[in-house]
Amino acid sequence: MAERTLVQAVRDALAEEMERDPRVCVLGEDVGLKGGVFKATEGLQARFGPERVMDTPLAESSIVAVAQGLALEGYRPVAEIQFADYSFPAFNQIVNEVARIRYRSNGDFGCPLVIRAPTGGGVRGGLYHSQSVEAFYCHVPGLKVVLPSTPADAKGLLKSAVRDPDPVIFLEPKKLYRAGREEVAEGDGALRRLGEAALVRAGRDVTAITYGYLRVVTLQAAARLQEEGIEVEVVDLRTLRPWDVETCLGSVRRTGRVAVVYEANRTGGFGAEVAAELAERCFESLDAPVTRLAGPDVPAMPFSPALEQAFLPDADRIAAGLRRLARF
Amino acid sequence: MATKTQELTQKGGQHRHRALGLSDEAALRIYEVMRLARAIDERMWLINRQGRAPFVISCQGQEAAQVGSAAALEPKKDWVVPYYRDAGVALWFGMTARDEMLQFLARKEDPNSAGRQMPRHYGSRERHILTTGSPVGAQLLHAAGIALASKMRGEDAVTATYFGEGSSSQGDAHEAMNFAAIHKLAVLFICENNGYAISVPQNHQMAIKDLADRAAGYGFPGVVVDGNDVLAVYEAAHEAVKRARRGEGPTLIEAKTYRITAHSSDDDDKRYRQAEEVALWREKEPIPRFAQYLRQARVLSEELDREISDRVNREVDDATDYAESAPDPSPDDLLKHVYAQESR
Repeated sequence: MAERTLVQAVRDALAEEMERDPRVCVLGEDVGLKGGVFKATEGLQARFGPERVMDTPLAESSIVAVAQGLALEGYRPVAEIQFADYSFPAFNQIVNEVARIRYRSNGDFGCPLVIRAPTGGGVRGGLYHSQSVEAFYCHVPGLKVVLPSTPADAKGLLKSAVRDPDPVIFLEPKKLYRAGREEVAEGDGALRRLGEAALVRAGRDVTAITYGYLRVVTLQAAARLQEEGIEVEVVDLRTLRPWDVETCLGSVRRTGRVAVVYEANRTGGFGAEVAAELAERCFESLDAPVTRLAGPDVPAMPFSPALEQAFLPDADRIAAGLRRLARF
Repeated sequence: MATKTQELTQKGGQHRHRALGLSDEAALRIYEVMRLARAIDERMWLINRQGRAPFVISCQGQEAAQVGSAAALEPKKDWVVPYYRDAGVALWFGMTARDEMLQFLARKEDPNSAGRQMPRHYGSRERHILTTGSPVGAQLLHAAGIALASKMRGEDAVTATYFGEGSSSQGDAHEAMNFAAIHKLAVLFICENNGYAISVPQNHQMAIKDLADRAAGYGFPGVVVDGNDVLAVYEAAHEAVKRARRGEGPTLIEAKTYRITAHSSDDDDKRYRQAEEVALWREKEPIPRFAQYLRQARVLSEELDREISDRVNREVDDATDYAESAPDPSPDDLLKHVYAQESR
């Protein structure tokens, strides 16, 4: 066990999987010599060579589609898109190709491919280095979507994603890359299964279902509310597709109150799907309306710190939302 | 600038195929596959016009570009990444008339997609035909990826990807050629330039006359061939394959040809092109042209031609009967093969 930041845990996961399986390779912009703009692939090219850790042209469609070709021919590629915002030039390849390969070939071809991308805001990235893109990809059957928020989860889930026979969109909250350290296991002991949520704080009054950077903020809000005598249960989804409906249902049936807390634009965000499913499945257990605490419906997160802070739900706003629910 | 066919040596005179290393049997096989592709296609239109099938997308007129290039490859070792007109490529790589008709009628037994995809969207892992979708141009990058895998494994397999000049406008086409060039990948980019992107003629798609000229911008050779001369296509593809196997990188082959039919059964080409133009190209059709060559070379007798016609017709009849009586997918099949666990 060693103390690791989230970005170090990502790098460890890649290194371990490349060591374990010669079919695993990494490609993307600046992933080689430079080791990635966030240093997620630092040292990998020196260790595994320029073919297995390949710098590509600045062309996201190429990165995804060449990776798909490698996957179809027996490799286990991990493609890095430098920022999730830049996955859109590859959108056709991800949605129409990668996700549909298995279905359209009636299971003859599969596409074991991981597409990693830093996601979310709060790092002064402006409109095009801050977006939360998960809802686009969660809408697509054939894809899996993972969004961890701790070093141990990042490592364990990335290792599982690499071993998964299907394509995985692996979104890493960049604001948490170096936000803290924790003990992270090595080798297979680090593995985490895809599709399992984590109950990260127990509480009897209200459930907050969250993921990504807002897990941290939701926990701050929960600590504050505890002082007021409100016990918040916090669930980190970790995997968004498939998401762990049962764990969420279990919590909501205990508390009778639930808010989905997410950073993306509110309308059509992944939290809307969670809210709808819970309203449908445990209506009889609810003592208050299922609530969304989300980013505003503006195109993206602005550069100005004042506007960036206004965009990101903070502990005050989340606490206020949860308090309203608890008192409903 | 691209190499032109005229500049290629038209070796062999009356026996060009032998000069190219093709036996009489091989030449006849190319001819028969071209005939079969055409016969299947004509039958599809018939069935469509009788109201028994909703959609046809056609290979007619492009058989030489397809079969001539595929014949330069090694099935099961090399890969083809076709587009939705490439009946000749798919047949050369092992698809049968039955497979074509099963897909055409969207039957459960369709080996390409079990009735999920529209006609002529081929795919078979065993036959090294990559599954392809309808958005054009995307497949060129997959070819680069497959060729990168071959290179990383130290194999000399070649990947040939096919597209129309219409697809060449897509960004993915540019990205693929650039990527393949950087790593000297063993890719054949085979453009079947049939003159139209549905209704838009070439001069509204690009400002250049020869699309193969673009290859120079990526740093590899571009070759223009008469796409209705199957031996010229074979020659260009054969050279490109040799080059690719030597590790010298990709080649762009522009096979100039013509789409004899409308874009699809839902298109009326009279709205955008003159009947005279189509008639002119009918004169230059690749199949009668190759037949004439084979007769002159004394490889094809009238009797043998009749035999081939009979065999092709029997095959198409059998395929039609077989597919028409084959079962549809069951509604339960809708939910299968979204993820791997459901594939087992």
